[in-house]
Amino acid sequence: MTRRTRLWVLLTGGAGLAALLVAACLRLPHFGGDRHPYGDRAVHASLTRHTANTVSSVNFDQRAFDTLGEMTILFAAVLGCVVLLRQTRDERRARPEPAEVARPVRRYALLVLPVALLSGLYIVAHGQLSPGGGFQGGVVAATALHLLYLGADYAALERVRPVGMYEVGDALASSAYVVTGIAGLIGGTAFLANTLLPYGTFNTLSSGGTVPLLNAAIGMEVACAVVVLLARFLDQAVEIEEESGR
Amino acid sequence: MRSVMDVLPYLVAAWVFLAGCYGLATSRNLIHAVGCLSVCQAGTYVLLLAVGYRNKATAPVFSDIKPGSRPVVDPVVQALTLTDIVVGATVTALLLALVVQIAKRHGTVDPDELSELRG
Amino acid sequence: MADAVIVVALLLVAASATVAVATRDPMRQALVLSVLGVVLAVLFTVLQAPDVGLSQLAVCSALTPLLLMLAVRKVRRRGREREGER
Repeated sequence: MTRRTRLWVLLTGGAGLAALLVAACLRLPHFGGDRHPYGDRAVHASLTRHTANTVSSVNFDQRAFDTLGEMTILFAAVLGCVVLLRQTRDERRARPEPAEVARPVRRYALLVLPVALLSGLYIVAHGQLSPGGGFQGGVVAATALHLLYLGADYAALERVRPVGMYEVGDALASSAYVVTGIAGLIGGTAFLANTLLPYGTFNTLSSGGTVPLLNAAIGMEVACAVVVLLARFLDQAVEIEEESGR
Repeated sequence: MRSVMDVLPYLVAAWVFLAGCYGLATSRNLIHAVGCLSVCQAGTYVLLLAVGYRNKATAPVFSDIKPGSRPVVDPVVQALTLTDIVVGATVTALLLALVVQIAKRHGTVDPDELSELRG
Repeated sequence: MADAVIVVALLLVAASATVAVATRDPMRQALVLSVLGVVLAVLFTVLQAPDVGLSQLAVCSALTPLLLMLAVRKVRRRGREREGER
């Protein structure tokens, strides 16, 4: 198929899809409407289990099994990246020579690094209370670590980031999630049911039963996953080159 | 104004999704295609959150408001979107790893040249 | 008032998404995508979804563009090495 015919096929299909989408939009409930049956029930369930952040309650309590699925996708994606981006036999490692970084950039990066890392951990820890949680906090903490690449250099980053440890951490966090689920099963109810721990006092750090535990497991998993992913990509982009005399 | 406001968010979501699809199909560079795919994903996020919005409501977080004192927006769609954003990013990484691998094996990231190589 | 802010945020999202698709150079596209990520985070916050906004801000303004840029750099570097061999 030539580019021209392909464009025409695309435009025809796109126009049909656009017409259907617009027709569907016109029949959807109006934006900002007052009827949210699922939302109201989720809020009610979350409040009976003393979880102040309803979104965390949905993620780690009411739909915890769904989050297990999401976590599995994440784990599989990281595993795929590690396999695809490994160093092959016809490649060699070259030490990257340090490049000059402007002093203000360097100073700013080193200043922001601890603040960003701490914010990430705070966001994970307070997931059941305020906006945030394992997913967001994990990403913040892991990307914060990479400010070291800007502030110092690649060798310093490699010293604080033994990739193997983070790979183990990723696997441990995944198993921690499943183990918490199985604990619910042994406790006499169902897989991932939030009946194991007391619900605690509303709006304190230890409220919400198993929500903080699952939240922490996800935070660790996401942080480790992002570190491993970025490490693999940095390796490929900065260090690994092809054997030239092939 | 009111009637436009009723459907505008859905239309924007549809526009973003279709724009992403167009870029995906006409792309001449696989890395650009992966970027377009993330634009498509953004369209679905806008749609989900637009469905869950409620006028004059606040965020579904009760750490600083009394439960029941104010209406809140739908937390279920927010939870769906939130997990997908992070998981979507790792899937993007997997796709990029595939692109890097293709570049290594075939020496090009243009989908047209790749299909010529095969045929 | 709230409606006006939502409309502005929605139009900004539509515009930056269009620009992101129309930018054919992947390096520039990564930058436009990070702008899109920030605009989306603003939209989500206006739609009373601070959780989602936070996650969008962390992922789409930092992580995804970084991954895209590293991939571009790797592919281009390979291209240069190939040129050198010839």
